[in-house]
Amino acid sequence: MKSLVCLKQVPDTETQIKVNSEGTGIVTEGIKYIINPYDEFSVEEALRLKEKFKEGEVVILAVGPDRATESIRTALAMGADRGIHINDESLNQADPYAVAEALAAAARDVEYDVVFCGHRAIDDDFGEAGAMLAELLQVPQVTLVTKVEVSDDKKTAGVERDVEGGTEVVEVPLPCVLTSQKGLNEPRYASLPGIMKAKKKPIDKKTAADLGVSSEARLESHVYSMPPERQAGKKYEDMEPAEAAKIVVEALRNEAKVI
Amino acid sequence: MSKVMIYGEIKGGKLKKTAFELASAGRKIADELGGDLGAVLIGNEVEQFAPDLALYGVDVVYAVEAPEFESYNTEYFAQALAHVIGEKQPEIVLLSHTMQGKDLAPRTAAKLGVASVADCVSFELDGGKLVGKRPMYAGKCFATWTATQSPQMASARPNVLETTENQKEGKVEKISFSPDTSRPTYATQNLNLDTSGKVDLTEAEIIVSGGRGMGGEDYSLIEETAAIFGPTCTVGASRAAVDAGWRPHSDQVGQTGKTVTPNLYVACGISGSIQHLAGMGSSKVIVAVNKDPEAPIFSKADYGIVGDLFKVMPEFNKELKALLEE
Ligand SMILES: Cc1cc2nc3c(=O)[nH]c(=O)nc-3n(C[C@H](O)[C@H](O)[C@H](O)COP(=O)(O)OP(=O)(O)OC[C@H]3O[C@@H](n4cnc5c(N)ncnc54)[C@H](O)[C@@H]3O)c2cc1C
Ligand SMILES: Nc1ncnc2c1ncn2[C@@H]1O[C@H](COP(=O)(O)O)[C@@H](O)[C@H]1O
Repeated sequence: MKSLVCLKQVPDTETQIKVNSEGTGIVTEGIKYIINPYDEFSVEEALRLKEKFKEGEVVILAVGPDRATESIRTALAMGADRGIHINDESLNQADPYAVAEALAAAARDVEYDVVFCGHRAIDDDFGEAGAMLAELLQVPQVTLVTKVEVSDDKKTAGVERDVEGGTEVVEVPLPCVLTSQKGLNEPRYASLPGIMKAKKKPIDKKTAADLGVSSEARLESHVYSMPPERQAGKKYEDMEPAEAAKIVVEALRNEAKVI
Repeated sequence: MSKVMIYGEIKGGKLKKTAFELASAGRKIADELGGDLGAVLIGNEVEQFAPDLALYGVDVVYAVEAPEFESYNTEYFAQALAHVIGEKQPEIVLLSHTMQGKDLAPRTAAKLGVASVADCVSFELDGGKLVGKRPMYAGKCFATWTATQSPQMASARPNVLETTENQKEGKVEKISFSPDTSRPTYATQNLNLDTSGKVDLTEAEIIVSGGRGMGGEDYSLIEETAAIFGPTCTVGASRAAVDAGWRPHSDQVGQTGKTVTPNLYVACGISGSIQHLAGMGSSKVIVAVNKDPEAPIFSKADYGIVGDLFKVMPEFNKELKALLEE
C-alpha cells in the first residue's frame, strides 16, 4: 500500500499572531513551527495502511523553505520512508493553486494508491490544495475524511466523511486524493529509535525548475489586520447563581440585544 | 450575460439561506459593476427556487438538471458549475464556504485554472476587481485578497453577509448538460444525517459550548439551554471535551475544529485557550461561566459569571425560559 502524504509546516497553534507594521504579512520572528495538525492525521493513516498491508511505502511531500526539513524529519521519525522537499523561493508564499501544481508535478514521479492532504492548512486556512491536486492529477477526491478502509486488492476504498449535519459513506476508486479531518485517528509520537532511523532516511530536494513548474500567482494578498481587540466586559463574582444568571439573561435581551 | 454569478446550494430539497446571503452580496457587486446577477442551481426541479432568488436580486437562474445531479457528487457538480461558468463567462463567481462549498469551490476553480479566495467575511470592489476580507490563522488575523485571474472566484463564510431584498423578474434559463461519467469519482453508499434538525455549528446563531468543566459526557444541562434558545442554537465543545470522548469531533470549536461566528457564544467550563479563542473570538457576544476568576476566557467575555456551572446554568435556564416565554 503506497501513500503520498502532502505535508505543510505551519506556525504552532500556541503562536500569538501579530501583523507586521507595514500590514503586508505577519511577524515571523520567534515563531515555532509544527506539522499542520491535519497533515499529522494523514501521516498516521498512511502508516497504518502500510502496516495493515504489510508492504508499501509512505512518501512525505512538502513545499516550503529550509525549515520545512524539520517537519519532514518528524514525519520520517513517525515511520514514513522518505521525503521530497520542494524548496523554492518562488513557492514560499504561493497560493493553493501554485502549491497544488508543484505537488502534482512531484507526484507524477511517485507511485501511490492514495494521496493524503489535510482538509486545510491552519495558517492560510484556504482548504483548497487537496481538491486542486486531485483535479490536476485527474483522480477523485474525498474531502473531510474520518475513516478509511482500503479493499484487499487496493482498487477501492470505503471512506467516511463529514457532511453538514452528519456523515457520508462513499466508495472511491483508487488512486484518489483524501483530505484528513479530525477524528480520523490519534497520531503516534515519534519514538527514540524512530528519530535515530529518520536521520538516515532520504529527503530528495527539488526546485520549481526541476519540476518544470513556473507558478503564476492566482491570488494576491493586500492588507493584513488584527481583529478588533475584545475588551473584557462585565464580570459577576461572589454573587448568588440565581442573581448573576438573572442579570446576564436580562442584559442579553436589553443591552446586547441578541435574544 | 451575467457579470456576477452565485452558486445556490440546495440541501434536503430546500435552498440554503446562504444562497440569499450570496444573492444579496452579489446584487450589490453586480450593480456597482453595471451588470446582471445570475445564480447557478444544480439538481432536480431546481427551477422552483427562481422566485425566491429573484426576491433577493437574482436576474436569472441557470438551472442545470440531469439524473446524475440527484444527490451531490463533487466531480459531477464541479463539471456542471465549470460548464456554466465557461458558457456565461462571468467576471465574478461566489460560493458559500459551507461543507459542500469547501469541497466544490476548489475543484471547480482547478478545472478553470484559477484559485478561490476562500471564507470571506466581506467583499468590496477596487477598480472593478473583487477584494475579499478573510480570517487567517483561524481568526487570529485578517487579510484582504484578490484573485488575479478571470473569473474571480471567492467563497463567503455562512451567516455573516446580510440578506437584502431587491425584487427582480426571476428569469430561468435551462442549461442542458450531462456530466462526463467516465471521469472517476466516488459513489455515495450511505448518508447518515442527524434528523433532529440540529443546525451546524458554523451556521448556528447561538452556540452553547461545554469544556472540561462539564466533568463528563452528560451535557443535558447545556443541551437544555440550547433547546430553550430554539432551533437556531446548537451545542459545541472544547477540544478537551472532544478528546475525552464526551462529544463528537464535529462539535469541536477552535483552531483545529470549527471557526464560528454566532451572535451569542456561551462558554461553560472552558478556560479560553488560545486555540479555542481563535475559533470563537469573532462571536458577537460572549458569555462565560467558569469557577476560576482568573480563567483567560473572562478577558474576552462580554458577560462573565464566576461560579460553578452546575449551580449557575440551572438558574440561567430558568431565567431564560421565563424571559423567552413572556
Ligand atoms: C495543536 C493543538 C490544537 C488545538 N486545537 C484546539 C481547538 O481547536 N479547540 C480547543 O478548544 N482546544 C484546542 N487545543 C487544546 C487547548 O490548548 C486546550 O487544551 C483546550 O482548549 C482546553 O479545553 P477546556 O477549556 O475545556 O479545558 P481546561 O483548559 O481544562 O479548562 C476547563 C475550565 O473549566 C473550569 N471548570 C471546571 N469545573 C467547573 C465547574 N464545575 N464550573 C465552572 N467551571 C468549571 C476550570 O476553571 C477551567 O477554566 C489545541 C491544542 C493543540 C496543542
Ligand atoms: N506547502 C505545502 N506543502 C505540502 N503540502 C501542502 C502545502 N500547502 C498545502 N498543502 C496540502 O494541502 C492541504 C490544504 O492546504 P491549504 O489549501 O493551504 O489549506 C494541506 O493540509 C497539505 O496537505
